[in-house]
Amino acid sequence: MNIKTTMSKNYFKIIRAGINTTFQDKGRDNLYPIGIPFSGAMDNRNYLISNKLVGNSSSAPVIEFAYQGPLLRYFGDKINIAVTGDVNFKLKKGNEEIIGNCYESYFIEEGDEIDILSTNKSVYGYLSINAKFNINFQWGSCSINTKAKIGSNYGEKLKNDQEIEILNININQSKKKLNYLNSKIEKIRVIKGTNFDYFSDKGKRQLFENEFIISKLSDRMGMRLEGEKIENIVNTNIKSEGLIKGVIQVPADGNPIIMLSDHGTIGGYPKIGVVISADYDKLVQLSPGTKIKFQEVELSDAETLFKLYDMETQNLISQIL
Amino acid sequence: MIKNISNLGDAALYCDFGSEVNKEINSEVIKYFKTLKNENIDKINNLTPSYNKLIISYDLKKTNYKEIKKIVENLSISEKENLSTKTIKIPTCCENSYSLDIERLEKKLKLDREKIFDAFFEKEYFCYMTGFIAGMPFLGDLDKNMHAKRLETPRVKVPKGSVGLTEQFANIYTFESPGGWNIIGNTPIKIFNSNKEKEPNLINPGDTVIFNRINIDEYKNYNE
Repeated sequence: MNIKTTMSKNYFKIIRAGINTTFQDKGRDNLYPIGIPFSGAMDNRNYLISNKLVGNSSSAPVIEFAYQGPLLRYFGDKINIAVTGDVNFKLKKGNEEIIGNCYESYFIEEGDEIDILSTNKSVYGYLSINAKFNINFQWGSCSINTKAKIGSNYGEKLKNDQEIEILNININQSKKKLNYLNSKIEKIRVIKGTNFDYFSDKGKRQLFENEFIISKLSDRMGMRLEGEKIENIVNTNIKSEGLIKGVIQVPADGNPIIMLSDHGTIGGYPKIGVVISADYDKLVQLSPGTKIKFQEVELSDAETLFKLYDMETQNLISQIL
Repeated sequence: MIKNISNLGDAALYCDFGSEVNKEINSEVIKYFKTLKNENIDKINNLTPSYNKLIISYDLKKTNYKEIKKIVENLSISEKENLSTKTIKIPTCCENSYSLDIERLEKKLKLDREKIFDAFFEKEYFCYMTGFIAGMPFLGDLDKNMHAKRLETPRVKVPKGSVGLTEQFANIYTFESPGGWNIIGNTPIKIFNSNKEKEPNLINPGDTVIFNRINIDEYKNYNE
């Protein structure tokens, strides 16, 4: 007689980890003074939508991927999953293969596979589940910061053959859907930076008139741009001081670098501008090779634009019932 | 005193305390930083003190530039916010394999290596700020004859624990990282410990740091 009951474990097996796959959530506040940036999901709107599609709280951990995502095989009780962004993915259920739609939740069961093939002319996508990943938190966040080796998974990207355990499956599950298309941004709106006057009149004009190309050397820390060099007439260094995400620094080589969510907290290059908060989610989705232009806006306009952007996000979330 | 307040983008206040780098100005920055930290204002979600600036990040969903500026202008800075007076000793080994830029320093400073080491180890350093990478302390000030510029081409990888010099400052690389400072030695001590969430940094702004020279055996047998 077999009286031993084995607790069945629910988990994903990572068959292929993808290029830059991490756990992310809302990130961590108030750690700049010790050298730790906010981190968190790069595209906050798509992060929030992914959680709502599976009925999670707005701050739940998700899997973030870039370019090529993971191939995951699932073992356990039925769960509900959703993918957001502009992502090509397939679900394999036995012999059946389903082309996945973003912004629509799917049930998966024992043996099913989620194959996140690529992001489509964009960078980041999100995978959410209606359960808890069994992962650890540091300073209240699971967000993986590979530079400081903090967050879940020992601060490292997810790797092939790893298992991700899943707990607390929400039994209240229903299929959800949102009609939404990610729009591309034409011009990145920018407020003049604190060192705007370090640059020549020509340099200032170049910032708002020229086209820049996003370099391959871009990641969660920063986005490097290439173009006609921006001329500095004061000093190519400043005394090191704090940075925030969206700051556009111009080092001595004249090519701008935009600080992104995992940026170094202190920097010594002049700040020519700062990308407005309303455009950040769209900015991070621009892939290497994309040509971009900047447009100057005033602070008061930037504040209004953020209110509108945030209302739009809340409105999208409230459409998911 | 804050000389000027402006905006850095739409979600941060840029407080300028001056352009010089010295203890007095930095202590003012730290006083404002500590006062704001203790006030624990919900709308403010981050603070970055540096040599002579304080950047205050806020949640644009809850507030705006005008409101945060008013809060900062009306802040009563308690003089009680004394700077920490902790003194921390950092064992540092200057064996050739760790003192990566000693030859460059000899040339640039026109001093022989023992003179450089003596000048470096006899100083007490003040911690102005921490950051760039988690826990990295920015320490000063080196005497004039010890001021060397950054490497022309920064290293792609500076080893963890490296102690670097540039101009009047010294720092410690808490992680392997790219960097352009002149590396004089390496410490076996853990400067940043993410498992101690309350106090992850060994060295904090306002602290005093003394480097103690150790030999290669002491380095290898070092036990925290």
